Amino acid sequence: MGENHAPVFIANLVSRNRSERIWKNLLQISTLIGIIFLIVLLLNIINQSFGYVAIGYRVPPAKLVGPGQTLENLDIPQLAGILRQRVSPGLLKQLENDTPLEQFSQVNLVNLVMAKIAKPEVVKTWSFWQSLSMREEIKQEVGQLPETRLVFFSWVRPDLVSNSQSSNPLIAGVRTALLGSLWIILIAIMVAFPLGVGTAIYLEEYAGDNHISKVIRTNINNLAGVPSIIYGMLGLAVFVRNLAQLTSGAWLGFSSPETANGRTIVSAGLTLALLVLPLIIINAREAIKSVPDTLRQASYGIGATRWQTIWHHVLPNSIPGILTGTILAISRALGESAPLVVIGASTYITVDPANVFSRFTALPIQIYQWTSRPQAEFRNLAAGAILVLLTLLLSINAAAIVLRNRYKRY
Amino acid sequence: MDTFITGKIDVKHVSIYYGKFRAVKDVTISIPDHKITALIGPSGCGKSTLLRSLNRMNDLIPSSHIEGSITFHGMDIYERSVDPVEVRRHIGMVFQKPNPFPRSIYENVAWGARINGFQQRLGHPSLDEWVEICLIKAALWDEVKDKLRSSGLSLSGGQQQRLCIARAIATRPEVILMDEPASALDPIATLRIEELMRELAAEFTIVVVTHNMQQAARVSDYTAFLTMDHDRSGILVEHGNTPQIFTNPVDSRTEGYITGRFG
Repeated sequence: MGENHAPVFIANLVSRNRSERIWKNLLQISTLIGIIFLIVLLLNIINQSFGYVAIGYRVPPAKLVGPGQTLENLDIPQLAGILRQRVSPGLLKQLENDTPLEQFSQVNLVNLVMAKIAKPEVVKTWSFWQSLSMREEIKQEVGQLPETRLVFFSWVRPDLVSNSQSSNPLIAGVRTALLGSLWIILIAIMVAFPLGVGTAIYLEEYAGDNHISKVIRTNINNLAGVPSIIYGMLGLAVFVRNLAQLTSGAWLGFSSPETANGRTIVSAGLTLALLVLPLIIINAREAIKSVPDTLRQASYGIGATRWQTIWHHVLPNSIPGILTGTILAISRALGESAPLVVIGASTYITVDPANVFSRFTALPIQIYQWTSRPQAEFRNLAAGAILVLLTLLLSINAAAIVLRNRYKRY
Repeated sequence: MDTFITGKIDVKHVSIYYGKFRAVKDVTISIPDHKITALIGPSGCGKSTLLRSLNRMNDLIPSSHIEGSITFHGMDIYERSVDPVEVRRHIGMVFQKPNPFPRSIYENVAWGARINGFQQRLGHPSLDEWVEICLIKAALWDEVKDKLRSSGLSLSGGQQQRLCIARAIATRPEVILMDEPASALDPIATLRIEELMRELAAEFTIVVVTHNMQQAARVSDYTAFLTMDHDRSGILVEHGNTPQIFTNPVDSRTEGYITGRFG
């Protein structure tokens, strides 16, 4: 066979290289598009979260103080004087219920003057990009408005986390929603994690390969795809209505007129626990399945019981996978709003949840509620709240990843 | 076959099934105490299945079941009242592929002792000493004494297998089953395992499955030859002293296999 194979060989190489290059480029493009979308999303949120705000006052602070002075450097008698002069007698009586104004701290008095007399209001807001590119125009525009001050405002600020809900966007915060979300996640994970991991262990290590366990496995996989609103309906029917005696806390004496139904944190937590249970089970099952059988045999071969094998070998080696599933579950639960709306999350509460039987709201609901308001400034506020939610999500995930890496010892 | 009246383990008319398939058919064999018994035969003849039935490791395969009786100290280990875990504590196992736990070398040996109720008593070794004793017996101590806290997986294949042997003897079994313990190792590591088996025979009863006829001839006291019957289930052809099986086999199939005509 003295033929020359070289031309065929080279021709094949060329076409092979070409198709290889095309595939590589296509895959690169799809990755790039994904990254671009993510960046646009992030930029959009940041664009909304910072920017110029024109603040108008009912009574400008400059009119309250003498020339060359600011509210902050007035002393207590002066501030008290302003309040006595400008505030209605009814309100004054209410304020001085416990202690006379003169015994308030200076900072408190300044805040009171701002809240009760000056009453700052958002006149107009600009996005971050507008604030950078149209600085002069904005300054000019605000200069023509009477009694208005222009400030560069960060909607994500410590006050956003520490203040509770308010109808004034300048002082509104997400504290109630943040606490609600944290409570709900805590309950959901505390219920779903042991139940889910337990189920996964049973299905993988104890249940045989019979018909019943196959049906159960298939159905759990299907449950993971059920729309979350269905879980909301389930939670409404079971936890809010049928188990109202339990979930309202009436059996522990927590019942108060406003929480005399089951629309409580515990109902929300249990509903989200049901929602994430299939996720945790599926991931834990995969993790347990990936533990090599040789390891189980090694353990059984030296006389370990089934539980010793599971506890000392199967679980420690599958913990990274189980925690990955838990991270996904937390992320899912933290971002859910539909089932919470169905089971009756409050849209406007300013009182922190006192216990698990309190009324609640959650971050996604707060965000949704703010974005659906007509005033533009609430959308800036919502963008700030989204950043809070994202930070919370990332820090919980980071904690889980640290935990996961600690288990990867060898 | 009748030269052994009663052994450490007596297998009587044992057939083992995987679902409907009969992997081992009517095997009767005695495993003598403090000796090395080798099970040889072509691939798929059921020798591993037979070995794993001796400490009920086959229970872990859901579709398997067994007929006949296997007695250990005169007690049928497949009787309903017998806990397979207890059986495995007396009849330990070393596998084909070294499978140390992904933990420290120390923990690999200590864990088995600990779950078997190892307690420090006066005049008895402490757990640390016991780990050392087991590693010495497994001819691994000198190589690992300075790195007991490093992972068992950091050792070479031959060392890992010796670690598995140390782990098996740490639970003080009477019998050690070895399923082709050297098949994944190089010749030098294999030789070390074989030497080790000879040393351990003084203290333990050993049953070893091997593909390697030279290995069976080198290490074992008794050899059992299994082959596949026409229905693909394994049958015991011949069982006797190793020198006799290798130099003067009774059955022509044994002779054929040993001289390399098939298998």
